[in-house]
Amino acid sequence: MEQTPYEYDVLVVGAGGAGLRAAIEASAVGASCGVICKSLLGKAHTVMAEGGMAAAIGNVDERDDWKVHVTDTLRGGQYLSNPKMAEIHAREAPARALELEAWGALFDRTKDGRILQRNFGGHRYPRLAHVGDRTGLEMIRTLQDHGIHRGIDFHMEYTVFRLLLDDGRVSGALAYDRERGRFRVYRAKAVVLATGGIGRAFKITSNSWEYTGDGHTLAYDAGADLIDMEFVQFHPTGMVWPPSVRGILVTEGVRGEGGILLNSDGERFMFDDIPPLYKDQTADSPEEGWRYVVGDRDARRPPELLTRDHVARCIVDQIKAGKGSPHGGVYLDIAWIKEKISNSEEHIRKKLPSMYHQFKELAGLDITKERMEVGPTTHYVMGGVRVDAESQMSSVPGLYAAGECAAGLHGANRLGGNSLSDLLVFGKRAGEYAAAFASEQGDVRLDEAAVDAGVKEALEPLEREGGEGPYQIQHELQDLMQEKVGIVRIESELEQAIEEIGRLSDRAKAVSAPGNREYNPGWHTALDLHPLLVVSEAVARAGLMRRESRGAQFRDDYPQKDEHFGKVIIRVARGADGEMVVEEIPVEPMSDELTGLVEEMG
Amino acid sequence: MAATRFRIWRQDGAEGEGAYRDYTTDVTEGMVVLDAVHQIQAESANDLAVRWNCKAGKCGSCSAEVNGNPRLMCMTRMSDLPTDRPVTVEPMRAFPVIRDLVCDVSWNYEVKKKIEPFEPRPPDAEDGTWRIAQEDVERVQEFRKCIECFLCQDVCHVLRDHHLHDEFVGPRFFVYNAALEMHPLDTGDRLASLKGDEGIGYCNITKCCTKVCPEHITITDNAIIPLKERVVSEFYDPLKKLFRVFSGGARA
Repeated sequence: MEQTPYEYDVLVVGAGGAGLRAAIEASAVGASCGVICKSLLGKAHTVMAEGGMAAAIGNVDERDDWKVHVTDTLRGGQYLSNPKMAEIHAREAPARALELEAWGALFDRTKDGRILQRNFGGHRYPRLAHVGDRTGLEMIRTLQDHGIHRGIDFHMEYTVFRLLLDDGRVSGALAYDRERGRFRVYRAKAVVLATGGIGRAFKITSNSWEYTGDGHTLAYDAGADLIDMEFVQFHPTGMVWPPSVRGILVTEGVRGEGGILLNSDGERFMFDDIPPLYKDQTADSPEEGWRYVVGDRDARRPPELLTRDHVARCIVDQIKAGKGSPHGGVYLDIAWIKEKISNSEEHIRKKLPSMYHQFKELAGLDITKERMEVGPTTHYVMGGVRVDAESQMSSVPGLYAAGECAAGLHGANRLGGNSLSDLLVFGKRAGEYAAAFASEQGDVRLDEAAVDAGVKEALEPLEREGGEGPYQIQHELQDLMQEKVGIVRIESELEQAIEEIGRLSDRAKAVSAPGNREYNPGWHTALDLHPLLVVSEAVARAGLMRRESRGAQFRDDYPQKDEHFGKVIIRVARGADGEMVVEEIPVEPMSDELTGLVEEMG
Repeated sequence: MAATRFRIWRQDGAEGEGAYRDYTTDVTEGMVVLDAVHQIQAESANDLAVRWNCKAGKCGSCSAEVNGNPRLMCMTRMSDLPTDRPVTVEPMRAFPVIRDLVCDVSWNYEVKKKIEPFEPRPPDAEDGTWRIAQEDVERVQEFRKCIECFLCQDVCHVLRDHHLHDEFVGPRFFVYNAALEMHPLDTGDRLASLKGDEGIGYCNITKCCTKVCPEHITITDNAIIPLKERVVSEFYDPLKKLFRVFSGGARA
């Protein structure tokens, strides 16, 4: 390497909510800290989060507290979550939300001036702190503007493609900068992965180009365990038209504000299929559902606010039954509330400003007057790096993970609003424990041979001539995952997908990406193929092993829940010869206190 | 829709000499400029550099000049552009080009660091929380919805034509100042630096920034003019001036 390495106590990979919060915490306790991000600062996917941040502050309904929140989370996750993580999350989310306010975030207010909370799917009480429908922007900007005064170094538009190890312990990372194509070595006593999700493995997704499973794959390649990879959340409402915006998210907040789902016959189909686990909590008439939306504490929530996995499947069923909208979705209608309130147009524009803007500008549609067309879109992966509940450390010493690239909190299905709070709660913990690890452990040695080998391998697509282009392989993989490892799965297709991923992996080793090293998207796409292929294989293999339907995984050949699979999670790790090893391991046990709470709250 | 012609700026590195190059691609219903650029990238220019992320107008990454107008490429629909001539796409001109459509906006990040950060008043309640009226939240929401696309900086003649980057922070950071100064909890005072290092006086309120803001922030009327007024009443009010002379305190 031509340049001297950057050196930090704690290196954070990713600058969304989890990465920024980790870096702020690490620097607050005195660690030197660097943050590497794939894009410019403030552009990470956290910025897209719309609905809000779940925290049982109890400002709107004082019956809410961490105990209700943790049981909601466990139920939503179909009891596969790590119960300790779910408890820590529910207990600490309120403090993290309030701390954000002390750093300048401004949430919408109650009449007496406290933080307002809104309804969301799977949450028993109004729980989401929010700012209209742009809560993610408020959060990332607050963390960014706070973080830039904390002595943290930001390395923007750098992509980490390999972790470095020193005798089994993490010792740093190898990255390239997009702008000039130079390689940089980072030496660090601890590394926090906060790289987000894997949405780009699918064709229809709400995720941007960045979400190629980098953190998942870096950890996997370094020997860490992944869990829950079969659970990919398909958000029920993405845009379906025009084609170029297919997949862009339509916030659940639309339904939280009273939006209803209709099929082409104008039927409100969500009332037809309410799962037993939620029967007691769900309204049995449109009239009760509306009362819930406007804050009647005795009313139960409308079925549109059932968990995302269920709503997404109901939509798919409608489309399959020939009751879809013209462009292959169903209708989402918020304009109808004009029957209920007089100033509905102004109300919608105020509560859902970015949705109004998004449909107006991209689809030429006025949501205050017309129905939207929506359909499921790949949104989030519950699976990720297996971490210790308290510290967020993976099975590799010194390697931490937080946010979407970590697993355990959400189990088989994530509740909306639990992601922003996840980022803050576990981002903070990862930063804190990583800094402690760095100060307790000695210095690390850089493995020069691994650096040289990594650089050589990364340059191969640029130097190779006459090979296939990387885009073709990326597109074939996205089509394959969408068709065969998507919202409805079946054994034969999963097996075909695994075989096909193997063939694509072989082709990926021979791609050519001509051009210069400066900002060369072809080369970057070539380098993204490895992580995309690893996470795709992990999703398909874990999905094949789980022979049941639960949460986000729906198996056409095993449409019911299975008692056995309710007791196990699926672990994916790299075998001694580089092959992917998949096995069942027991679910983390629940404390007696939590078991009692779950029984008490049903 | 049929084949559409594009003229896209290609530049090989910061020192390289740039030129427009012509491309043709099929434009279909609903496409935005960013889709067309990506299609060209996939079909005939694998190494065409373009910066983007969310593709929904929320992150502010894909700023460029489309037919000479500063725009987010992801929010510019092809159907809104004339078809009788090629669509010109080039990088923002107020910043150095790194490659093709990507420019170096790092100056903005340096500027922000110099602005006095948020500092809240002590909490209102014993549990460490504050009481804020919804209308006070709404008053600053307009400024807080900025997505930092820097199109306002691109179009501002003080930066674009006069290159006063060392003496003037630009519309984006007046909006940022306004968000802080009008934040219901903030206790900071940024008027001296607005008048001094940040050069608010250079702005002669031509409102170009307001016109290009994709978030429709009324930059000039709601952020810059009120800040200018505060600066004036702080530093040019004759009574205050007199008071400063006699009290011996010079705040500016």
